[in-house]
Amino acid sequence: MDQGDSQHMKKLIWLAMITVVTLALAAGAQAQSLTLNGAGASFPYPLYSQWAHKYHELTGAKINYQSIGSGGGIAQIKAKTVDFGASDEPLKVEDLDQAGLVQFPMVVGGVVPVVNVAGIAAGQIKFTGDLLAQIFMGKIAKWNDPAIKNLNPGLNLPDLNITIVHRADGSGTTWLFTHYLGLSSPEWQAKVGVGKSVKWPAPNSVGGKGNEGVASYVKKVAGAVGYVEYAYALQNQMSFAVLKNRAGNFVTPSIESFQAACANADWQNAPGYYIVLNDQPGDQSWPITGATYILVHKQQADAAKAKGVMKFFDWCYKHGAEMAQKLDYVPLPAKVVELVQATWAKEIKADGQPVWP
Amino acid sequence: MADLALPETPAKTQTWRQGDVIFRWLSRGCAFVVPALIGGIFLALLIYSLPAIKKFGVGFLVSPEWNPVTQEFGAASSIFGTVVSTLIAMLLAVPLSLAIAFFLVELAPPAVSRVVGTLIELLAAIPSIIFGMWGLFVFAPFLQAHVQPWLASTLGFLPLFQGPPMGIGIMSAGIILAFMILPFICAIARDVFLLVPRTIRESAFGMGATTWEVMYKVMIPYGLVGLIGAVFLGLGRALGETMAITFVIGNSHRISASLFAAGNSIASTLANEFAEATEPMYVSSLIALGLVLFLITYLVQILAQVLLRRLYRSWSAGL
Repeated sequence: MDQGDSQHMKKLIWLAMITVVTLALAAGAQAQSLTLNGAGASFPYPLYSQWAHKYHELTGAKINYQSIGSGGGIAQIKAKTVDFGASDEPLKVEDLDQAGLVQFPMVVGGVVPVVNVAGIAAGQIKFTGDLLAQIFMGKIAKWNDPAIKNLNPGLNLPDLNITIVHRADGSGTTWLFTHYLGLSSPEWQAKVGVGKSVKWPAPNSVGGKGNEGVASYVKKVAGAVGYVEYAYALQNQMSFAVLKNRAGNFVTPSIESFQAACANADWQNAPGYYIVLNDQPGDQSWPITGATYILVHKQQADAAKAKGVMKFFDWCYKHGAEMAQKLDYVPLPAKVVELVQATWAKEIKADGQPVWP
Repeated sequence: MADLALPETPAKTQTWRQGDVIFRWLSRGCAFVVPALIGGIFLALLIYSLPAIKKFGVGFLVSPEWNPVTQEFGAASSIFGTVVSTLIAMLLAVPLSLAIAFFLVELAPPAVSRVVGTLIELLAAIPSIIFGMWGLFVFAPFLQAHVQPWLASTLGFLPLFQGPPMGIGIMSAGIILAFMILPFICAIARDVFLLVPRTIRESAFGMGATTWEVMYKVMIPYGLVGLIGAVFLGLGRALGETMAITFVIGNSHRISASLFAAGNSIASTLANEFAEATEPMYVSSLIALGLVLFLITYLVQILAQVLLRRLYRSWSAGL
């Protein structure tokens, strides 16, 4: 009797296992047809992964995004190992054409200078681009230097060495920041230049890995000044600086001031959307702003997959704005989205047929 | 003679022999995997670093320039940081771990010896990233607030201890490295000391030697070969350590006399810059850095082997 029961039990367990495996396989097969892979920039990763998660809940389509860095994203989309790439630094039109790629902006973010000087709270210290360039070149080495004092007469600036904190890893953030310094100071442009990593000229400088590395170094070292993505400055409650923009106003970094820079840029006349949002006109424009980009191939091999990618990004533009703002990213203005979608319709094709709409 | 022959079971012997042959080839194949891997890695590093070697030549090893914008690369600052941080680590870790090992073997009560011994082995099991995080968040601020200002005020006349105390830098990297290699050296040193025969130790004590003399004149010379092996094991690990160093060394391509200053090591440069390096010359220079590290580590191991062989010959009493 006992043995019969256990035999029966065994059969049941087997049956249950087979059912589970079959169901899992079926589910796997279904999901497989809708899996899209992307790779690239780490800056938008928190947002892309949230978007992907929500989109999966709503539609069942699965989007894998690996934040391997912009360089890796560009390499992988060129090698066609992913369905879309992501980069913080826009590719030049020649490079796009050569690789047969289309590029479009997805969200906008801002880079903010942060300081660690006792008694200076967020939004209190003022910089101009040229002053910032001189500090990062090591020409201004103390916090009580007359150049800083003249701009900030109300602040009690100590006799303290300035320590520069920069990114140790190659990064789109560094590219944007050095691009701004180059715009503001011809000397920076000539001596240091613009790049995802540069030779930092100040003798007293340290490099942190990632935004979090820079943020923690700035917080640890008294007298430090560094630059991080806006979200990191907010989350770590750091003392960010206000900057003088092109219109001559001192502006505070905020979603609104990034959006102002983005809205005032001339997207219409920028082939390949190659536009750096640094130092844009507008009373409220934050001067160190940049878009992060998506890269896809013009000629798509798989029409269904291509359509899936476009649908996802369309959903992100139309329904993802609130999630973006919650994570301190700036959604693109509707005007720019229209331009981007016109580009999709014109340039992205599978078997000679437009993929979108 | 024929009477003494074993009863023959030809079939079985045959399969045994076959098994032996298969086993011999299998183990031979496994053994060849290692040289093949080393050779393959070396070749790959060499091939991919050729563009950098062609462009910069021997100058790559001595140039302190590292400028991704102008595409000028040199390894000097990375080699400097690797060597200096490793040197600090060895200077701290070797005497410390020998002292600990001697205490555990000779002086500590058995219960204490067991507990501390286990803890030291546990220290070896801590992942290096944990050391890095602890170094950045706890140890570096402690150095900055308490140790470095004191060093600057007492020994500040030396160029080694000048400049603003930041906590992070070559000094903290060296000390964190010392913590990381200490358990490896210590565990082997303990085993080596345990192998010194009791009679030798006790006869030294019996002749009126002090504890210090027993350690310095009996235990260390007796186990010298084993101890040097332990030291080189620690050295090899210190040279290649990556994550912990990247957290605390400051990641600055600069050669500075001060231990307070930020620097970088070959491994930390690779960890930081590889992901976003897109230009071919940049990638090639990074791989050339990897080749340099490979060669340094290899040379250190060869040196260790030569040294050990020499000592082994001259110290017949050795282990």
